[in-house]
Amino acid sequence: MAQETFQFFSLIEKMSAREVYGKKLAEIGKTNDRIVVLTADLMRSNKTGDFMKAHPDRFFNIGIAEQNMMGIAAGLALDGKLPFVSTMATFATMRACEQVRTDICYANLPVRIVATHGGLTTGAGPTHYGQEDLAIMRSLPNMTVIAPGDPNQIGKVVEASIEWEGPMYIRIGRGGEPVVYKEDYTYEIGKSITVREGDHITLIATGSIVFYAVAAAEMLAAEGIRARVIDMHTIKPLDRQAVIKAAKETGAIVTAEDHNIYGGLGSAVAEVLAEEGLACKFRRLGIPDLFAGYGEPEYLYHLYGYDAEGICSAAKALL
Amino acid sequence: MVDQSTVERLKDLACEARKNILRLCHKGATHIGGDLSMADMMTVLYQYGMKYDPKRPDWEERDRFILSKGHGAGCLYVTLAMAGYFSMDEVLAKYREPGSPFGEHPSSEVPGVEISTGSLGHGLSVSVGLALAARLDGRGNRVFTLMGDGETQEGSVWEAAMAAAHYELGNLVAFVDRNRISLDGETEKLLRLEPYAEKWRAFGWNVVVIDGHDIEQIVAVFDNLPPVDSKKPTVVIGKTVKGKGVASMENDVNWHAGSIDADFLARSCAELDEARRRERGE
Ligand SMILES: Cc1ncc(C[n+]2csc(CCOP(=O)(O)OP(=O)(O)O)c2C)c(N)n1
Repeated sequence: MAQETFQFFSLIEKMSAREVYGKKLAEIGKTNDRIVVLTADLMRSNKTGDFMKAHPDRFFNIGIAEQNMMGIAAGLALDGKLPFVSTMATFATMRACEQVRTDICYANLPVRIVATHGGLTTGAGPTHYGQEDLAIMRSLPNMTVIAPGDPNQIGKVVEASIEWEGPMYIRIGRGGEPVVYKEDYTYEIGKSITVREGDHITLIATGSIVFYAVAAAEMLAAEGIRARVIDMHTIKPLDRQAVIKAAKETGAIVTAEDHNIYGGLGSAVAEVLAEEGLACKFRRLGIPDLFAGYGEPEYLYHLYGYDAEGICSAAKALL
Repeated sequence: MVDQSTVERLKDLACEARKNILRLCHKGATHIGGDLSMADMMTVLYQYGMKYDPKRPDWEERDRFILSKGHGAGCLYVTLAMAGYFSMDEVLAKYREPGSPFGEHPSSEVPGVEISTGSLGHGLSVSVGLALAARLDGRGNRVFTLMGDGETQEGSVWEAAMAAAHYELGNLVAFVDRNRISLDGETEKLLRLEPYAEKWRAFGWNVVVIDGHDIEQIVAVFDNLPPVDSKKPTVVIGKTVKGKGVASMENDVNWHAGSIDADFLARSCAELDEARRRERGE
């Protein structure tokens, strides 16, 4: 099974969001000297080396000490800097959780946490999975939560983040995720993107799963089912109007995310449906509340039923 | 005095362990640099120092071992295989296969692994808990852990260090793989650790500094451990070389993690054999 998936993937253009992030940072660092960059012994991993070379005085590799890093970022932001802080999603959101909450969010400071290896993208086991980060970050007041819908989108997010107020959590993958957008488009924080129109059902996905939702829509189209696909790159504040519209116009919604089914995109969408009193067929896909095993993401997404095939069959079961 | 035939046997085993570590790295990417730097200390731990029974992983009286630098899973799997918990063939067949228990970081699904690790700076706290439990139960086992030196930049390590001294855990022995390189570069350039031994001493620990590749010195550590019911935890700072044994990998940050091809494997195994033959005076 996994073998097939890998073959399918070899035909598809892939990119590393980490590379895009690193390049974009170095570029905007030239014109904006408020930007400072922090990493915790993961510069080579989160590709912030270009920034270090270009602006060594505004770069801090503070060693393997994530809690300290978040506290330092808070201090830098408190005194007018715009810190971009990077480590893996699991360490950013759990190891340093209270510093993020109390020092960054409570003080409402413009720290940009760009967390790599979100979801199961590392394949390196539960200690390295960021499978509950969206839920944790979503529950912090003042925090904006973003998972770019394709590896290139991080560039647009970084640009948009310069003028955005308050703290941001931006989750990207390990790299090697497939590209969704072949042409340029406008990006706005908090405004979802309808990647594909449809009126039978809506597939709402975020982060690395947007690609699979598009692929699922293609599979559904072959069977005469017109699925709308929404890239819900901003999980908080959620684009409620897009959810309401999808419920009213298509009457069925499947959410899919590389995250525990509790507390992330699926929960956020469900909250809107319940609060709006909208009757709508609904199904959440994601990690089924367990510590995921080892394996490449394609294998794991398939195992837990949120790859293209999984999304497609969930959609059919719902209709 | 350290028994010479024991030392020779351990040196052979350490050489074999390194070759197995390389075989595994050929199967799939490992944190090869750190695997090779910890290999001698791990070999002596499991082939000389520790009390355990691979047939009874749950034996109450066993010494506990926690691999705090969980990314050293490759070396741990090799060490456990050579200790008899499972076969090396099994590890080579299953490493990084989808759904396999043998992943890039150790999972407690693997026999002999007490707790899953991989996030740095956890192992010493868990070890303090294990050492306290042994005291509560009046058991005579020791608790061993192995940390990376970069890992000890984590504040949690020093909270645990204070706790171990505070609770007078002489049954706790922490090894540090002091290879002076972490993921991005040299520890002293990223976040200075020195004066390192002094730090541990100031935290109330019994400090032993050794060449972490000198089998005799590592054996001597075990021969001279303070009694289990003594009151000071011991830290063994093993000065090591990242990538030790494969010249082209030594002290090269690019070999923190990676995989090797068949050719590289063959050449480096030959290099290790040759070095061991020279050492034996053959
Ligand atoms: C809490 C945490 N932060 C970051 C990492 C990512 N990481 C894995 S290995 C490593 C470097 C470790 O260096 P060191 O402890 O010196 O180990 P060694 O050189 O022996 O491999 C880092 C930063 C991690 N596993 N856990």
